Parts: sequence; C-alpha cells; structure tokens
Amino acid sequence: MSTPLVVTKRMMDHPTDSHTMERYEATGGYVQARRALGMTRDELVEEIKASGLLGRGGAAFPAGMKWSFLAPARPSYLVINGDESEPGTFKDRQLLERDPHQMLEGVIITAIANEVHHAFIYIRGEYPKPARRVQAAVDAAYARGYLGSGIFGSGYDLEVTVHLGAGAYICGEETALINSLEGFRGEPRLKPPYFPAAKGLYMQPTIVNNVETVSNLPHILDMGAKAYTELGHVLDTGTFLLSVSGHVNRPGNYELPHGITWRQLIYDIAGGMRDGKELKALIPGGASSPWFVPAIHLEDQITKDVCAEAGSMLGSGAVIVMDETTCMIRAAERVVRFFAHESCGQCTPCREGTTWLEMVLRRIEEGQGRAIDLDLLLDVSDNISVGLAWPPRMTTICPLGPSAVSPILALRDYFRDEVDAHVELGGCPFKRVEAHA
Amino acid sequence: MSQWSEATQARAREIISRYPQKRSAVMPLLYLAMAEDQGWLTNEGMEEVARWVGITPAQVSAVASFYTMYKRERTGRYLISCCTSISCMLMGGDDILHAVEDESGVPHGETDERGLISVEHVECIGACGGAPAVQVNYELIEGVTPDRARDLVRWLSGARPEVVNGDEMQELFGGTRSFDWAIKEEDGATGPFPAFQPLGTVGREGES
Repeated sequence: MSTPLVVTKRMMDHPTDSHTMERYEATGGYVQARRALGMTRDELVEEIKASGLLGRGGAAFPAGMKWSFLAPARPSYLVINGDESEPGTFKDRQLLERDPHQMLEGVIITAIANEVHHAFIYIRGEYPKPARRVQAAVDAAYARGYLGSGIFGSGYDLEVTVHLGAGAYICGEETALINSLEGFRGEPRLKPPYFPAAKGLYMQPTIVNNVETVSNLPHILDMGAKAYTELGHVLDTGTFLLSVSGHVNRPGNYELPHGITWRQLIYDIAGGMRDGKELKALIPGGASSPWFVPAIHLEDQITKDVCAEAGSMLGSGAVIVMDETTCMIRAAERVVRFFAHESCGQCTPCREGTTWLEMVLRRIEEGQGRAIDLDLLLDVSDNISVGLAWPPRMTTICPLGPSAVSPILALRDYFRDEVDAHVELGGCPFKRVEAHA
Repeated sequence: MSQWSEATQARAREIISRYPQKRSAVMPLLYLAMAEDQGWLTNEGMEEVARWVGITPAQVSAVASFYTMYKRERTGRYLISCCTSISCMLMGGDDILHAVEDESGVPHGETDERGLISVEHVECIGACGGAPAVQVNYELIEGVTPDRARDLVRWLSGARPEVVNGDEMQELFGGTRSFDWAIKEEDGATGPFPAFQPLGTVGREGES
C-alpha cells in the first residue's frame, strides 16, 4: 500500500542523520517557523483549526480549538508533553530521537501562535537518550539564532527548557504535568478551575500539546490545511502513528493515513501473528482502552469514530496484540497493576479501587479465586467508574482510575469462561509465557 | 553553606536559571543531589536541594517520594530495571526479571552487599516494540533473552564499565528493537540516574 508518510518521512528517507540540524534544514526544515513569524495569532489558529488536527496524546482534542481557548493574560507558556508512558506506546520516543528538529519547529510555531516566550519540553525520566537528542537540537537551534532573543532575526524572543521527569505515568495528565514542572508532586488538578488555557503553569495561560501533535505543524503549514485534511481519516485528518506490540511478527511504529482494518494491520502491516498462532484479543488504544476480540472487531476500520462506536478508543495509538496462549487473567492483572502502581493517591475510588482489583485478579491467577470474584471485580469497578459507562462517568479528578476498569470489562464480556476455569482448577490453565530468542 | 563542590554549585545555579520560578528546579536538582551522593538521595542531599530553592526539606521529601526514579535508599552502581508491564510480560519479561535476579543473587527492590547491582521490576518504559526490554541506569536494551540477560549481569559484574552506554549494551545483549536507533552515540550513564544533564546552551537568566 502506498503510504504518504508525514511525520516519519525524514527518518525513513535519511536513517543515519534525520536528527541533525544539517539534514533538517536540507529537507525544508525551519522554513515554516520563519513563515509563522509573519502570520498573526488569528491566522495561525484558523489554519490549524481548518486542518482538523486532533491532539495525538490520547484525548484527541482539537488542537486549534485548544489554542483558541488561551486566556488573554500574559505571560503565556507552552509545555510539550513528552511524558509518553501509556503501556504499549513508544511513538513519541521515535519522534524525539529520530526527528527532534521537526518537533522543535512545531514548538516554535505553537509558541508564535500563542504569544509564548518560554516553552518547556517535558520528557519522561526513563527517556534520557531522547532527552539528549532534543537538548542537542535545542542547542543547535540556539546556536543558529532560531531560539533565544530575536529568533530568525525577528523581534521575537523564545526560550526553550528541556525538563526531565522522574518516573510517574500520571505526569502525562496535563495538570499533573504542570504541577510536576512547578516542582510539586505530580497530582492532577481539578478542572474547573484549573484548565491550563486559563490557569496553567504558574497560574498563567498555558498550552499543553503532545510531541506528535506539534510534529505535524510544520507539515500543515507547508502543505496547507486543506491538503492536510485529505491525507487520511484515522484521526479525522492527517496521519496517525500506531505503536504495535505483543505477539506479532513485526512490531513497531506505523504511520497510517486512511483507515484500514485491524486484520490488515495485524496480518499485513505487522507481519501476522508470531508462530502462526490465533489472535485472541487486542488492546486498540493503550492500556486505558477497552479491549477488542477478533470475532467481533477484526474487520472494523481503524478510525477514531469506528473505535468509539465499538465502545473503545484509539487513545495514544498503542495496539497490544495477544495470541491464544495468553492468559487473560494474567494480562488483565498486568494492566490493572500498572494503574494501581501509578495512581497518585488523591482520590479514594482510584487509590483503593485499583489496588483491590489487582489483589483479586492475582488471587484468581494464583488459584485462590472464588466463584463470586468476577462480581466482586465488577462491583469495585463500578465504584471507580459509575455504571461502567464508556466514556467513563468520572468519580475522580482524572481518568486514571476509570482506565483500570477496561480489562475487567473484557473479562466480563469475552472471557468469563476463563475466570471460571481458574476458579474451578484452582490455578492458571495456561503455560506461562517464555521469552523468545 | 553548601556541601556541594564548586562545580556542582555552578550547575545548580545554571539549572535554576532555566526556570521562571526556582521551585521548578526541584526535579533536576534532585538528580544532581543523587549524582553528588553516589547515586542515591540522602537526607543531606534533600536538605541541600531545599536550601537552593527556598523550601523546607519536608517539602523536598514530599516531592522526591512521589517519583520512582528518586532513590532514597542505597542503590548499586548499576541499576537494572526489568520491564514487566503488559507488552514486555507478553514477550517473556517475567523470565528476564527472574534470570537477572538469579544471576545477580539480588531480588527485585534490593541491592547487593558490594553496592554494585540493584534490581527492580518497572512499569512500561516505552520499549514495547522491542519487548522484552531492560534498562541499566536508564540506558535501554531491547529484545533481551534470559541468557543474554544473564550475560549482561556477568558483564556488569566483571567489566564494571565507568559509563554504561545503550548502544554498546544493545549490540552486546540486545535483539529486536522498537525502531532503528540510527547512529551510535558515546553518551551514557555514570550512575543509577538518567544520563541527561541539562548543561548545554541556555537562554537568558531566569525571568523572575
């Protein structure tokens, strides 16, 4: 299939030096940042709105609309969310390592559009190499006068600070990220009143955009909003990066334009199932998203809307593929354990609920499960996510707690027999997975 | 009076200058304190950070305890982090952890008596396409097998590299990667904290 690559084009065309200033400039880099300096805030906001660009961090919020909400107080700040930590997701790592200038040009464009003079790039602590590449790109940009006082010879000043996280998934939530950047515990803030666009970093108007989102901006300005809308429709417009992992022959990041089916993704693009095994389940949009099973979803188009109609989401684009040898209790336990570990502890339903879910799942897996345990799991889940609705009705400040419920719904809807089998057998009927060479 | 060396104090000032408000420098300063304190965070280190940003040691401790990468107990020169989150688990991450524990004799969450190796299991480190993955001092190795993981432990114990470098370890002990890493780099970690020291070109002095 012919794939018009956008954000991964440079790294595919120039695998050895796509991260350097020299290659970036030789392939059209920083032309759009210069152009943006000649545009007004309204023109830039309208162009991005017209492009239909949705946020690539998981929530798919319209980027142009987010910009238009920025309150008039100044200074305003820009924070780039590079705290990629959703299990299954590794796309931003590739963008940061392999094409940091593309992101940085997006930072400059976003800053100009939102009258920002100090931007922060928050990169998760476990990504020192991406952080080094980004810092090198920032240093190179300062050296050429693309950052600092009077960027590109204009009267516009822009400082960029690269900030390293320290191991907390919750800092990917924008208000937690802001708290973290202010030097506090990474606990999410209540919205309202703490919408970043109104009361963000240092209580000033703040734009928080994902790495992939801003990496698209130079391309939107280059090809024009209209051409961008015609590129694809996975996430309405443009292209979308999917991170594929688990039991496939060719895991990796794939930039998708038009909707294909889950079958095409797994069996064509990702090279099929490892060892020719049967597909059992897939997680379509990161650990937070409700699971799919082949009997129902394999022929579905991979688009935001089809995913939503099927009761899940594309989220951060992390596709986790599980074959027939996978114990669903064990898989559910791993996903739930993640959220239990990463709960910031502010809200009781999340702090207590995720821990209980983890303990009950482990008990089932280890052979101490009881016949009522699925009901118990559902009851606890209902306390975290009232009515088990999708999208969740919130009982908590942020969506972390409700995210832990997704695997429980999969057990209820598709794998009830597996829960029963564990309880009846007094243990796990599956052979434990072993590492492949 | 600062307990830190002149060079470290200069770095602290440089870090603080990058933020409009100095409390924002708490996180990078905590890494600096770890580097200064043999790789983990002592009470003295947290007190020092508190003085630099003008908050109490209790406030610093509250921040440090929130984040898993700020180690508040003695940590080995090599921190081996084995990912056992969903994608790595599916590809055998638990076996990697067990191989590392067995070969090093260090159970997860602990450090050996020599202060050489610490072992931990961690949640997703964003290497899912190269699962199962391991980090040594946050330098990444993807596509590890139990045997290669044992080799890694033996290599760290024997060669005791001054700097651990992801590219070198990937070549020696790794397999399938999430994506092509492109060129080889020399940078690496000198202790159980991430090898990112924000000391490159900086902009104007702090705005406040």
